[in-house]
Amino acid sequence: MLDNLLLFVQFPPLAVDVVVNGLLIGAIFALAAYGMALVWGVLNIVNVVQGELVVLGGYVTFLLVQWGMPPLIGVPVSALVMFGVGWVLYRAIVFRVVDKDIFISILATFGLAILIQQLANLSFGADVRSVDAGLGSLHFLDGMVTVAWVKLIAFALALVAGASLWFFLRHARLGQAIRATAQNPRAARILGIDTGRVYAATYALNAALCGAAGSLAVMAWTIHPYMGLPYTVRSFMVVVVAGVGNVGAVVAAGLGLGALENVAGFVLGTEFQIAFVFALMVTILVWRHLRAARRREHLK
Amino acid sequence: MTKLSDWHIMGVLAIAGLGLPFLAPSLITQLSFLWLMVIFALTWDMLGGRMGYNSFGNIVFFGIGCYAAAVVQRDAGLPYFEALALGLVLGAALAVAAALLFGAALLGIRGHYFAIGTLGLGITAAEVAAGWDYVGAGSGMALPLYPGALGQREFFFCFSLFAVAIVCFLFLRWLYGTRFGLALNAIRDDQDKADAMGLRTTPIKVFAWCIAAFFLSISGGLAANMIGFIDPRDVAFAGATFGVWMVLMAILGGKGTLWGPVLGAIVFHITQELFWTYLLGWQRVALGLLIVVIVVFFPQGIMGWIAERRAARQGAAP
Repeated sequence: MLDNLLLFVQFPPLAVDVVVNGLLIGAIFALAAYGMALVWGVLNIVNVVQGELVVLGGYVTFLLVQWGMPPLIGVPVSALVMFGVGWVLYRAIVFRVVDKDIFISILATFGLAILIQQLANLSFGADVRSVDAGLGSLHFLDGMVTVAWVKLIAFALALVAGASLWFFLRHARLGQAIRATAQNPRAARILGIDTGRVYAATYALNAALCGAAGSLAVMAWTIHPYMGLPYTVRSFMVVVVAGVGNVGAVVAAGLGLGALENVAGFVLGTEFQIAFVFALMVTILVWRHLRAARRREHLK
Repeated sequence: MTKLSDWHIMGVLAIAGLGLPFLAPSLITQLSFLWLMVIFALTWDMLGGRMGYNSFGNIVFFGIGCYAAAVVQRDAGLPYFEALALGLVLGAALAVAAALLFGAALLGIRGHYFAIGTLGLGITAAEVAAGWDYVGAGSGMALPLYPGALGQREFFFCFSLFAVAIVCFLFLRWLYGTRFGLALNAIRDDQDKADAMGLRTTPIKVFAWCIAAFFLSISGGLAANMIGFIDPRDVAFAGATFGVWMVLMAILGGKGTLWGPVLGAIVFHITQELFWTYLLGWQRVALGLLIVVIVVFFPQGIMGWIAERRAARQGAAP
């Protein structure tokens, strides 16, 4: 562990490589986290099935490539397919838990997550899958820093998606309806907004964002049926840190998480990377609680 | 007919629990797992049902019990039963210490943050155990062989788990009648009011978690020996199976009732075994579906449903 830390100091380009690649992966986390923030803010649901939607998006791209399509087509197609999946999931199950106790929605989406995991395992097998985007890599600093083109594209796409989401929520008719429903569903209904449709659209939009994230993840990284939960937890963490209403903060937190996770994976060893993700989330929750408690002390 | 009291049901269950291993020896492993499920559901319900703190991380204490027993049995160099006893005691102490630590850190957090935080705790524990060479890392640990005659082992662990389940049930039954039990309900109903009325809510919550941790770690040590092998993700810290099942069983039976978790554990365990027998390959899918169906359509549980029916029959407003 210490040796790995020393390596960083002795070879700064190595540190740059790890941090840059982490930042780029972080863009994928940010993409999935937009969706979670949206669903959380509008439906008041913590969507534990988030990570499974990412993984499913990855499998869509994987299948497309197997059928001979170019990988990058997978991003919009995955998003579109997952939009449909999200709509169906909402109409079949999620709408039943929207106004229930928040724990019921956590448990129900957790059940959905287990269901999708198992279905994915049966349909695609438990192997680790990856897609070669065939775009090559860029090399900097005498080849010490390697950046795959597909990661750069993922990064750019995540930023574009964030910007378009912001624009959509701000100016599109549906976006305004979504914001109105988030602020006050009852008032929105009185003003003629079909909140059921808005909820369904929000959930489907979230699934589409996850689909795009998954498609990028399968090209830049790997997927397998059981890696949904880490994505859920990453999104949750990003939203807890950044808040539900701030797209810019979500990007920043996602990138930060990516870099931190990559460095931790390098220093602690990759076998502890997932442990680090979950432990970091617990730490963030405890820290957040302590901060709130300290503020209450001041108020007394 | 005199009214069916708790003691009648307990009597029937006790006779069944003592008699079944002899009448149907082929079911003995199922029965042992049933008692384990009863302990899971009862201890989960103390926090989730009585206190309103829905934890996904109780499996941590079960895992600590598993690993403590396994490590002591491997390294202590004692005969089997002495090592097992020492392992159970040390495991319980370790689990209670962990409950004190995690409880102090996490039990101030409320609602869904607590639920997800404890979920994170459980998975962190599994991942750490899976990477830690001292406890066998990802390949798990094998436990020593039971020294007695062939077939005796199953009886021993079945009756031990049965005893733990009974002690746990009677203890909780007594506990819910005391002021402490009322305090738990007060925290569930309105924690701020309970605080304002002068209850020291944080120590109460932490203490409740310690009780759950104690029973879970004892059952963990016994279950590890019964299974004979512990895997960090599939046995000891099995968040996606045991960890979710304990929540589900308590909800299925009826959260916050005395008999609900027991009933839920029995019904769930039988359903699950049927899935395993008749839906080979699809059993895990069916379980996922079952979770969704129970949570979405049947959140009040069997006891809640009975109470509703009774109220409707007597003409009371629901």
